Amino acid sequence: MKAIKSTHLRLLLVIMVSGFASGCSSTFEPWVKPYERDNLADPIMSMNRNPVSLAYTHHAYQAREGARGAEGGAGGGCGCN
Amino acid sequence: MVVIKQKTITPSGTVRKLIIRLIIACIIVGLFVWQAFAAVLPQDRSDAMYHSYQGGGMSIDGPSILLRKKIGNHVSVSANYYVDTISGASIDVLATASPYAEERTENSVGVDFLHNKTLMSLNYTTSSENDFEAQSIHFGVSQDFFGDLTTLSLGYSKGNDEVGKTGDESFLELAERQNYQLGVTQVITKNMILGLSVENISDQGYLNNPYRSVRFIDASSARGYRFETEVYPNTRRSNAASITANYYLPYRASVYGEAKVFSDSWGIQANTYKLGYIHTFGDDWIVEMRARHYQQDKADFYQDLYTRSAEFNFRARDKEMSTFNNLSLGLSLTYEFQFSAANFFKKSTINLDFDHVNYNYDDFRNVLVNSTLEGDTSGIAPVGEEPLYQFSANITRFYVSIFY
Amino acid sequence: MLLYVKDFDPKTSAKFYSRLGLAVVFISLFLTSMNSLAANAKGPAPDFTLASKDGGNVRLQEQLGNVVLINFWASWCGPCREELPYLETLQQEYADLGFTILAVNVDENPSKADILLNDIPVSFPVLFDVNDDVSKLYKVKAMPTTVIVDRDGNQRLLHHGYKSGDEVKYKQAVKALLRE
Repeated sequence: MKAIKSTHLRLLLVIMVSGFASGCSSTFEPWVKPYERDNLADPIMSMNRNPVSLAYTHHAYQAREGARGAEGGAGGGCGCN
Repeated sequence: MVVIKQKTITPSGTVRKLIIRLIIACIIVGLFVWQAFAAVLPQDRSDAMYHSYQGGGMSIDGPSILLRKKIGNHVSVSANYYVDTISGASIDVLATASPYAEERTENSVGVDFLHNKTLMSLNYTTSSENDFEAQSIHFGVSQDFFGDLTTLSLGYSKGNDEVGKTGDESFLELAERQNYQLGVTQVITKNMILGLSVENISDQGYLNNPYRSVRFIDASSARGYRFETEVYPNTRRSNAASITANYYLPYRASVYGEAKVFSDSWGIQANTYKLGYIHTFGDDWIVEMRARHYQQDKADFYQDLYTRSAEFNFRARDKEMSTFNNLSLGLSLTYEFQFSAANFFKKSTINLDFDHVNYNYDDFRNVLVNSTLEGDTSGIAPVGEEPLYQFSANITRFYVSIFY
Repeated sequence: MLLYVKDFDPKTSAKFYSRLGLAVVFISLFLTSMNSLAANAKGPAPDFTLASKDGGNVRLQEQLGNVVLINFWASWCGPCREELPYLETLQQEYADLGFTILAVNVDENPSKADILLNDIPVSFPVLFDVNDDVSKLYKVKAMPTTVIVDRDGNQRLLHHGYKSGDEVKYKQAVKALLRE
């Protein structure tokens, strides 16, 4: 396994954070405008439309399978406020 | 004598440290850009569900109730009550013991806190049954960027298990687990969302099931083999990564897909593929059809049959550790009652979700085929050549939801 | 035993430069974000004409002399739905003093807006911006967005989003502009 230098990681961290932080400011023009999110706001486009059922389904499979993790999903939606 | 140490980090520690620092950085940056716009808290709702799993000799059902409510503009609280009433026994248990009945209760409380575009969540869960107690805590941060087109989520969970064994009062083992999660969701077009999710989990302690046994050839026993307790390593590290996509179809329908890969330090490699289609009829009916395929390769220390007792340091025969695949097909039906937007209760839904799943094992054998009539040796398979196990199960969820 | 030494030599220490770089990045980001948000659009409110729910067209310029609150909303936007009853209260309170609300609906399918308005009836004009022309004109950056225009047709307040309590801010601004 290749050893990774901590300086490279820190640089990656700075780039990621600065990239995301600049996204916080309003100089960025999104290609899907806030008033164009009709379809994205529809519950059928939600990753988690029924959390109770989804959590149970994940549990029913996970209890009988060796794999676990990476089940999350958030975002999309109306992007309001 | 003084030495300056050059720090080099191995990949799994790397992922963890990067995620931790990203969490802290996002919280700090999120607080800095206080003038930025905000996002929204999870929707207020209550759900009451009856769940049922029937198959593989098991019958498990029970309720699951969720309550969620916003308090003011920044906080949302939630609570979940869940019970499994278990009866029957799976093949693993029947091979060495007899059917049992048991009940497991899981309680969970959570709070979500919204500050501008940062959503922080804290969840505490306890699970309790007569021979197993577990607690876990989860902390998550989610941040919207780039005009709300990108959502970054980071999560950390810590769990503690207390493993007991019915019939053995002095048996008490502990296990602990830590999860690190990273997720990115990206709006691609007005009709499409892509998601990427990565999770690193490490466990430590007593990681096997105290009721599971391995079998080894023993010519002196009636069956030709004997059982002994499993021995698992006391650490496990795993990584999972998944991509998801959601696409909106113009006649108010959507299609979604997911592909996930998994690998861990026990040698298990697995992948999952999901495909689903959601169709609406009018304003009130939602129908969903889905298929899911899962495939895994066995753990390094898994074997259906060992040649002698304590053949290797680590031994497993739990079918969860074997090479197998499963395919499930599912259907969901939802009817929505839309109330006036001026009402306290805005909407209510009644739902039925059903999945039929088939498991096929490639190296786990069904030893029960031989345990029929005493003395009837016809049709008994030689030890190690019993038919490979397969079973199917029905997973049902019937629930009512109300939104306010 | 290894001793980890913080040998600080400002001219050559790589760690010093990386820490300085990080600090510079964070400070510049902070300043950038402050600047970009300080640019609240002032100046004349761009004129537009849109079809109204009650038939006929409504033009912003015809409202000169009145204080106008332009609210961009959609049926699929939760905070927008929450805000509507408060806007109606505001309209009713100040209608006689030369105040009107123009609710610009951005639903792709205007019938969805009608369904909502059956439940929450409003007395102010609801305009349909089906092609998103006015939303683009006003560079709408969040849902909902509220723009308050004074009697001379100048934009005086730009408010993004809606949280419980924001209606108080609208009321204060409208009251102040009505007195001018």
